Amino acid sequence: MRISNREEFENVQKQAKAAMQAEQYRILVCAGTGCLAGGSEKIYNKLLELAKAHGQNVNVAVEFSAEAAHNSDGSCPVNGECAGIKKSGCHGFCEMGPLVRIEPLGILYIKVKEEDCDEIFSRTILAGETIDRLLYKINGVSYKAQEDIPFYAKQTRLVLKNCGHIDAEHISEYFAVGGYTALEKVLFSMSRDEVINCIYDSELRGRGGGGFQTGYKWKQVARQKETQRYVVCNGDEGDPGAFMDRSVMEGDPHKMIEGMIIAGYAVGAQEGYIYVRAEYPLAIKRLKIAIEQAEEAGILGDNILGSGYSFKLHINRGAGAFVCGEGSALTASIEGERGMPRTKPPRTVEQGLFGKPTVLNNVETYANVPMIINNGVEWYKSIGTEKSPGTKAFAVTGSIKNTGLIEVPMGTTLREIVYDIGGGIKNDKKFKAVQIGGPSGGCLIGTDLDLPLDFDSLKKRGAMIGSGGLVIMDEDTCMVEVARFFMNFTQNESCGKCIPCREGTKRMLEILEEIVAGNGTLEHLDMLEELGTAITDTSLCGLGKSAALPVLSTLRTFRDEYVEHVVDKRCRTGVCKSLCQITINPDKCKGCSKCARNCPVSAIEGQIKNPYTINQSKCIKCGACLDGCPFGAISR
Amino acid sequence: MLDKSYYEKVDEIVAGYGDESRYLIPVIQDVQSEYRYLPPELLKYIAEKLHITEAKAYSVATFYENFSLEPKGKYIIKVCDGTACHVRKSTDVLNMIRDLLELKPGQNTTDDMMFTLETVSCLGACGLAPVLTVNDVVHPSMTPEKVTELIYELREEAQA
Repeated sequence: MRISNREEFENVQKQAKAAMQAEQYRILVCAGTGCLAGGSEKIYNKLLELAKAHGQNVNVAVEFSAEAAHNSDGSCPVNGECAGIKKSGCHGFCEMGPLVRIEPLGILYIKVKEEDCDEIFSRTILAGETIDRLLYKINGVSYKAQEDIPFYAKQTRLVLKNCGHIDAEHISEYFAVGGYTALEKVLFSMSRDEVINCIYDSELRGRGGGGFQTGYKWKQVARQKETQRYVVCNGDEGDPGAFMDRSVMEGDPHKMIEGMIIAGYAVGAQEGYIYVRAEYPLAIKRLKIAIEQAEEAGILGDNILGSGYSFKLHINRGAGAFVCGEGSALTASIEGERGMPRTKPPRTVEQGLFGKPTVLNNVETYANVPMIINNGVEWYKSIGTEKSPGTKAFAVTGSIKNTGLIEVPMGTTLREIVYDIGGGIKNDKKFKAVQIGGPSGGCLIGTDLDLPLDFDSLKKRGAMIGSGGLVIMDEDTCMVEVARFFMNFTQNESCGKCIPCREGTKRMLEILEEIVAGNGTLEHLDMLEELGTAITDTSLCGLGKSAALPVLSTLRTFRDEYVEHVVDKRCRTGVCKSLCQITINPDKCKGCSKCARNCPVSAIEGQIKNPYTINQSKCIKCGACLDGCPFGAISR
Repeated sequence: MLDKSYYEKVDEIVAGYGDESRYLIPVIQDVQSEYRYLPPELLKYIAEKLHITEAKAYSVATFYENFSLEPKGKYIIKVCDGTACHVRKSTDVLNMIRDLLELKPGQNTTDDMMFTLETVSCLGACGLAPVLTVNDVVHPSMTPEKVTELIYELREEAQA
């Protein structure tokens, strides 16, 4: 049914809450991309089957009838005992997946397998016991409650609050946790200017990269003479190593949609577009479901909640062009054109999508909006730093123990993220650097560990938050190769419009390829600097302007490694294969044949009890032999 | 000339969106997901339907990496080479697959049209790095050894 007035909305919300509370227990099986790959679908089906077999009234669909909407006593629409077995969004602790959360006990089971389901059901659900084997353990301590696990305990999850705790495919779940309350407040008790001023005063800054003030953008759009306006959400999270927007779209799509409708109301737009990467099929599916359900409930479409305000939302799939993360390229792509940035002004707020004034924010930014409306400016500004209020979600990946998605107040130091939340470097190796902000960002090193992560501190340091990808690198990472990798990425993604970016990145890549192949010279390093500076100074859009940053920043910080590559023809990490050779020390080799059996390309030859040798023409230098040798006889 | 059914499919897809040029990308996305590639013959037909020039349709179709004007294999393997996967050695996995499929430099689809090998910049599953997908099913934490097994299994499956 469509909710047609404020009273009905409040009743429906009350009943959704009551329905959730009526569940004797709730099992939330993580159905984010990560856990699904680990087999969480099977776990979900198995648990569902077990609950049904036990005669439980499972997953009672909460239907809101017109009659129920007039019932204001908040009574539960479900009769009798019931239980919820839900597919939730991403918990962020992807390293430990598949994850299963059990409420109201608050238990989080990690690395769950299908075989564990019987035990989970009989011992935990029916008997209330905890299965120690499935708990997260570190330093000899088992953690029963999810909130106590160090990975979560040090976080402030606001944007990601519902991710992992509700079923993203049912709007009733979002209602049950107070969803769309902010929209109700805005539509019925705030003027457009009040909404804009609230966001402006909160000093919310865009979470997509630049950190531009959101409220300022909204103000500018609202000021335009043209009355046809658009709200666009940038879900083209293209930075390799970033997936916070994906998690919001998959785990709590309604929160972002709520933020978009509020933005639409504030600037007087009737239509909105969500541009999502094609690489995120699950996010697209969940958004589609969310939009359909919101339309059915009267949250989207004509005359929202009977307020007189109408707003329609469309989804556009990306087609694999990184440059479409840039505002004008993104709007061009929605228009059916090649996604190429254009010169500004006019800016997007003046002439954006279809040449009309457009609010363009990213997923995380919109997801911040409802809670600012609900809790007020003062509350929001009490979190984070003075100039960068609020929280930021970071995707922490690479050589780190706890890979995953985290959310911390702005101004949290890198050390807290890497060591307290991230648990330190994988395999207890040494921290070398962290790449922040994707291919357009920069490298931070050991001496930056105490740098507070917020927009301005990073800018001063010559880096940027970007979308929030943190790729941790250990001592085994070759920085020259990393620079080549990023250059290869940007070179591939350069749209070709500006010559400095199109040709310059290609020349830089060629030089870097020469260096990692062992043909570099010292002159090459100067040439890289010269080209890099020229590309930065003369490119049109953000992609070109920042394309050379990874090279320039590593050249500054890790010059000795570059020199080693070009002068000594040596790669200390062994990553640059042309500069290394794996050999077996015949004095140490006992001829056990383990390496030969481990070798994926049969490059190791020899006879049992005699020293083995590596056929260098066959060797792919994968290092499988190296890690497996019990005698330490193999070295690079 | 393609079979009539191809053109009918296009008619059906275009009808679902409308005949405006702004729907070019969603239309060719749907055509590609139907046939696993974008038959060039159809591009001309789509351009006519959307009232744009054939050149315009080509310029868009060739700009975006997701579109392929060449037929693809039965199994499309996408190896993630995002930063997180890269530092966890996705290149070794990629090279292993190239070797296993005996792909020549520049060749991405096997001669028997069984496999197409591609790289993508990031699948957003960085927690499971290095990852790859086979027809959109995610395979986590790959190694050269695991991928050898995977290709073997896929070949078995194809023959069965």
